[in-house]
Amino acid sequence: MNEPVKKVAEIIPDEGIDAGLARLTEDRIENTILRVLNGETGARLKVYVETCIHCGLCSEGCHYYLSYDKDPRYSPAGKVKQTLWEMIRKKGRVDKAFMRQAVVIAATQCNMCKRCAMYCPFGIDVAYLMSVVRRITHLLGLTPQYIQATAHSHSVNMNQMWIKEDEWPDTLQWQEDEARSEIPHLRIPLEKEGADIMYSVIGPEPKFQAQLIYQAAVIMNVAGVNWTMPATPGWDNSDMAMFTGDNELMGRIKRVHFETAGRLKVKKIVMGECGHAFRSVYDMGNRWLGWKMPPIPVFHAIEFYYDMIREGRIRIAQKYAEPVTFHDPCNVVRGRGLHEKARYVVNAMCDTLIEMHPNREHNYCCCAGGGVINCGPPYKMVRIDGNRIKAEQLFAVKARGARTLIAPCHNCHSGLEDINHYYGLEMNIKFIGDILYQVMKKP
Amino acid sequence: MADTIAWDWQTGEKSIPVGNSNSRFEWVEEPYVSYDGERVASIVNIAEGEFTVCVNGQTWENPFEKIWHLRFTADDRLTALVSDAGEWTLAVDGVSWENRFGYVWNPLFSQDGRSIAVSFQQDRQYGMALNDVPWEETYGNLTDPVLSPDGNHTAASVQVIPTGEVEIRKFQQGTISAAKDGVVWDRPFVNVWRKAMNLNGDLAAEVRLTLYDYTIAVNGSPWEKTFGGVWEPIFHPISGAVIAPVRVKGKWYLAEEGRLLWSTPFDQLWHPVVSPDGKCIVAIVATGFGKWTVAVDGRAWRHVFSDFVTDMTFSSDSRKIAVIVKDKERWSIAVQGTAWNNTFDMIWKPVFSPDGAHVAAKVERGGKYTMALDDRLWRQDCEAAWDPLFSPDGTRLLVKTIEDGTYFRRVIPVGEFG
Amino acid sequence: MHDIYQFVSGPLARLAFTVFVIGSLYRLVQMFVLVYRKEKFIFSFMSWKYSLRSIFHWIIPFAAVNMQQQPIMTLVTFTFHICLLVTPVFLLSHAVLWEERWNIRLWSLPDQLSDIMTLAVIGCCFFFWGRRIKLPEVRYLTFASDYALLGMVAAPFVTGLIAYHQWIDYPFFMILHILSGEILLMAVPFTRLSHMLFWPFTRAYMGSEFGNVRHARDW
Ligand code: SF4
Ligand code: SF4
Repeated sequence: MNEPVKKVAEIIPDEGIDAGLARLTEDRIENTILRVLNGETGARLKVYVETCIHCGLCSEGCHYYLSYDKDPRYSPAGKVKQTLWEMIRKKGRVDKAFMRQAVVIAATQCNMCKRCAMYCPFGIDVAYLMSVVRRITHLLGLTPQYIQATAHSHSVNMNQMWIKEDEWPDTLQWQEDEARSEIPHLRIPLEKEGADIMYSVIGPEPKFQAQLIYQAAVIMNVAGVNWTMPATPGWDNSDMAMFTGDNELMGRIKRVHFETAGRLKVKKIVMGECGHAFRSVYDMGNRWLGWKMPPIPVFHAIEFYYDMIREGRIRIAQKYAEPVTFHDPCNVVRGRGLHEKARYVVNAMCDTLIEMHPNREHNYCCCAGGGVINCGPPYKMVRIDGNRIKAEQLFAVKARGARTLIAPCHNCHSGLEDINHYYGLEMNIKFIGDILYQVMKKP
Repeated sequence: MADTIAWDWQTGEKSIPVGNSNSRFEWVEEPYVSYDGERVASIVNIAEGEFTVCVNGQTWENPFEKIWHLRFTADDRLTALVSDAGEWTLAVDGVSWENRFGYVWNPLFSQDGRSIAVSFQQDRQYGMALNDVPWEETYGNLTDPVLSPDGNHTAASVQVIPTGEVEIRKFQQGTISAAKDGVVWDRPFVNVWRKAMNLNGDLAAEVRLTLYDYTIAVNGSPWEKTFGGVWEPIFHPISGAVIAPVRVKGKWYLAEEGRLLWSTPFDQLWHPVVSPDGKCIVAIVATGFGKWTVAVDGRAWRHVFSDFVTDMTFSSDSRKIAVIVKDKERWSIAVQGTAWNNTFDMIWKPVFSPDGAHVAAKVERGGKYTMALDDRLWRQDCEAAWDPLFSPDGTRLLVKTIEDGTYFRRVIPVGEFG
Repeated sequence: MHDIYQFVSGPLARLAFTVFVIGSLYRLVQMFVLVYRKEKFIFSFMSWKYSLRSIFHWIIPFAAVNMQQQPIMTLVTFTFHICLLVTPVFLLSHAVLWEERWNIRLWSLPDQLSDIMTLAVIGCCFFFWGRRIKLPEVRYLTFASDYALLGMVAAPFVTGLIAYHQWIDYPFFMILHILSGEILLMAVPFTRLSHMLFWPFTRAYMGSEFGNVRHARDW
């Protein structure tokens, strides 16, 4: 028998989890689990749990499993076994040690990437099952500290980064000023009611990556679109509450976002290159509020660039010469099927696109998404070790000549950047917008 | 809303050229029009780092380093947020407030336009200023500001206990409260969100007591009952009761003072409004997934709309409700539950005639703007347009548009539609 | 012995079929009621086109990426499921029964072929058993009940083979064969064997969600 070798993950101290556990009783655990299982879930959970035939075929779907030397504990069904199956079998009567392990698995060992759903013959959605576990751990107050803190930021400021209300328009005006040295009459129109497009971004852009707003402003101005950005909360489309299981807060954040777009009377929302935010506005938050589709249609940057290039509103001055490869972010590829449009854009901008394998819907996740990177420094190595397979995939494409790695998603960027450094890949990681800004014709 | 009787309802058409101002300025930003339609204004750039406002061809006396958020008040004063020498304030018709701040944003106007409030930041401390009078007390953070409808009070959620970003336990013990006119409630909450104020200056707000328990707090005292969620409270103008949507077992209900007022569960329920006569309460609701409509005293309209329902408005006699609806990706207006046949790329808040007989709205189709009145369209397609307004007797409509670089103020007989 | 035979082939057989049919219907109705009560939004995503697209890709050998990555498993599992479903229905001696009891005339398999198919089912069960023991990711998910289910599936085929060829103690193995078949049938709605009932629905749901909402493939 081939028991896999692996370093047993040591217990990582986490103030969120440990302080939460200290407050818990087994009765409360039991009641909460039963409340979620009986009150909040329905046919999906029941059928998924009862239909799973324990075949293990989903294993190859998960990058954690592949990266951790095929340790079965990291297989998708293996994670369900260590969490929900046991909770159901014991009718919620599980102990604190069990819950500690459950929250670590659900919050830091699953990116909710849904790749495994394409490998299970039944299409069992382990990401959904892990979200049920996260819901339970949220209600028990066991969410890891850093992502919980992020949810607190959302709750206060309606953005991910504790950005205060004045800091947002101030940053936009600063970027507008900067960009005017390049394009003299450039504007970032704030609060322009009746514009066609509301451009929305995630908190880290104004906080750490204001140049992305600069670039977007240049792209918008060159394309000549009628656009605006809100000067009030609602500008941030990100949503960590979605990943902590705080659905009520997720709904609140999304309501502010969509009502802001409604107030500005825009016809669509174009969002920056972020995947989880797209999931929150297109798939999760809108539905929780009762909207089948977003009330104001949402376009990920990939789609926007695609339209602008196709319509000839953005032209390429000189293509990007260094060979590139393209990382398909789960939330906009498995989540929205934007892989071909993305390739159209990349091919329009770049001389050479070298595909990594697997790609499109089958691409490996960056291992940062699903809130895992937001669980903070304590778990950094969990996700870097947990995505060795990504490094191997990238080394292979690098060997075939790719030097620049394009990833149109913030989480992917940060996750891939860590992999880049840790494994010594030495690739240039870029957003589509970085390259587009660089190669497009400007006045 | 300002008194419209004194306005010029006789002159059929007035025009002001707006296109040629381009040559006088480096650039001209989007125009804004006064409620009475007599003035059209834009922020204009005159040189690097020098902005002013051009109103009917005349610029403000003093330029500013930056200007943004140009808006007319309901009594037709022209306001903007302006900055000079790195300091920000509000300017009214070109004259700055005495007080200057590190930053100001989010100007709020009372219904009659006489009061103006802004949020300000000064040395990383936050507060509000009402008619150029800043709060005495300032706070480490400020969100969800409101101005009472009569313009006498301001309130906002404020941080009362400084907390590090990752101090989650401290945060969950409560670090946020509400301040009215700068004076904070005597207890903190985990969160304080949307607020309402009545004429007595009472303040009600959505609060979260723990990460899971939501309720409404009035003047700092939470309702006894908690819920799985709450949305914005309102004060009943007659009874004075506080009313708010609450979530119980995954469904939404309307509650009054913590008790369920509507027994009907909805998938969603928000924007409650009391009719002007105080006799009925309406709200925007979802009767199912992707089924949006309006409920009147707990009973939903028969017609539901798939995408969005927003900007609900009552006729002044309280007998009719009009609302923006979006169904199958097209925008329209529904009056008393029946949608117009015309659909649009975008539509603006419906406006009732004073007697409630007509409904008009600004609409957009194919990048052009026009007016719609009772589902009939005005003949003219325009480059820009503003919300229409009825004459006091309801027979004429004030229509403000831009066509071929000229701003037009027209008074049109209601009969001209269709 | 004869009485037992009468019992298992008569009333018990009727009971088994009834439990199977009613139980299956019950489970499906229960699922639909649950969706209706708690996850109504699911209905609004369902699409025939994408449901069938998904089912199609997962009912054809090697049409899904994971099937290509696991060729042996794919071959075995398709062989297993086809033989498992086809053999009992079209076996000559069963066809005789169908005609006798219910007056249904079915085409039947040549004896030699049904022997091969029976052996195939048994062989596949051994393969699955070996897989559960040998592969860590499967062993990790395996409970005693999984072996029991495998045994339950294999039993009617093993006993049927022995009985048919009358290698040993025909009456005893015949009764065992019938009994094990009945147990298997009754177990379908109430064990993980119910994946047989739910498979089209889980696929249809994922197919619709991926196709209709996510605009992506699910295979
Ligand atoms: S990380 Fe992705 S593949 Fe792995 S279990 Fe989670 S959703 Fe499935
Ligand atoms: S592939 Fe599907 S049925 Fe098999 S173990 Fe994984 S989740 Fe269960």
